[in-house]
Amino acid sequence: MLDKTGIAKRIAKEVKNGYYVNLGIGIPTLVANFVRQDIEVEFQSENGILGMGPFPLDGEEDADLINAGKQTITALDGASYFDSSTSFSMIRGKHVDLTILGAMEVSENGDIANWKIPGYMVKGMGGAMDLVASAENIIVAMMHTNKKGESKLLKRCSLPLTGVGCVKKVVTNLAVLEVTKDGFKLLERAPGISVETIQQATEGHLIIEGIVPEMVL
Amino acid sequence: MINKQVANVKEALKGVSSEMTFMLGGFGLCGIPENAISELADMAVKDLTCISNNAGVDDFGLGLLLQNHQIKKMIASYVGENDEFERQMLSGELDVELIPQGTLAERCRAAQAGFPAIYTPAGYGTEVAEGKETREFDGKMYVLEMAFKADFSFVKAWKGDAAGNLIFKGTARNFNPNMCGAAIITVAEVEELVPVGALDPNQIHIPGIFVQRIFEGKNYEKRIEKRTVR
Repeated sequence: MLDKTGIAKRIAKEVKNGYYVNLGIGIPTLVANFVRQDIEVEFQSENGILGMGPFPLDGEEDADLINAGKQTITALDGASYFDSSTSFSMIRGKHVDLTILGAMEVSENGDIANWKIPGYMVKGMGGAMDLVASAENIIVAMMHTNKKGESKLLKRCSLPLTGVGCVKKVVTNLAVLEVTKDGFKLLERAPGISVETIQQATEGHLIIEGIVPEMVL
Repeated sequence: MINKQVANVKEALKGVSSEMTFMLGGFGLCGIPENAISELADMAVKDLTCISNNAGVDDFGLGLLLQNHQIKKMIASYVGENDEFERQMLSGELDVELIPQGTLAERCRAAQAGFPAIYTPAGYGTEVAEGKETREFDGKMYVLEMAFKADFSFVKAWKGDAAGNLIFKGTARNFNPNMCGAAIITVAEVEELVPVGALDPNQIHIPGIFVQRIFEGKNYEKRIEKRTVR
């Protein structure tokens, strides 16, 4: 079974040369640490930077330079700053190549729920609804089951939706799955995890074709 | 040159009254109009509607107006990190409308640019689209979202001049440019008010036509919400 870092490492392999990438908060943020060094990738943060660099060194923080998680960051050579409307033009206009974000639930038809739990304080969707409604290529990074052990890959989401029919791929601690018109197609197993374990942890329709390979991290 | 300069924040906020709708720039605490907020907190205005991506923290930013119970309605995309906000929201004292961040930006920009409304794919099929007109374009569904109508926009820039021209710094830019000229009166506060002619016209982010009043702010705290280092 993978930990959060393992999930981030596996997703990093989906980041290709020349991609502009938007990373959500949580596991997705870790992905930047594992992208191959020999390819050119630029990270976009929807509060208004393209070419985001690592966290600053102690003492070099700038209050005017943060990411969408409100953390202090740095800008790499070639970076640019822009207003919120321009930022979401990049997202809505499909100029960003890959969006990686977390989720509470994903359904077999690619619906995603990740912003609201009825009965709890609702903090808001931030940019998540714009991202999922527009991105061509959305990968969800999440644990396969919730804290109660219930599947997060469902026939239908039970929580209020963030977007409909938008998720293309899901990477969990157990598996890599592609969202197809017929359900979740199992592409890869996490190291040491059996197809049966994945089947038991998946409530939505799981498509298993031939021998399912183990992930290479 | 048409002079937009006012002497101070008090003069800049002339005409502000209860029950008005304000746009306030900033993302988290980054690029917020600190001087305007602090002056509003000192004024006896209440029942305000505030359009801002976030609602500050308990003791800073819009949190200061929440503490005084001056805000009746908040329109935002994300409102975490604020206990007083949560308390007022759960008790029903505060009306909250949560909307997608890109929709927030575009409803400001639409008001600035003279569009009555825009179509966006964001929120289609979710509760955000409930009761709103939807329409299909090229096989994809979109939601009709209306331009905001506001009395004042309060924005913060890095540098500006008496003509109202503005230059922003880093990610403190965020919603500020989109809110300029999107309300009846736009009030810009700047860290540094430079002589007219000192700004390179090639480098200006917001031309002065979108700004009615400008002043040099004081005592910027520029608080960092999540200091994170390597």
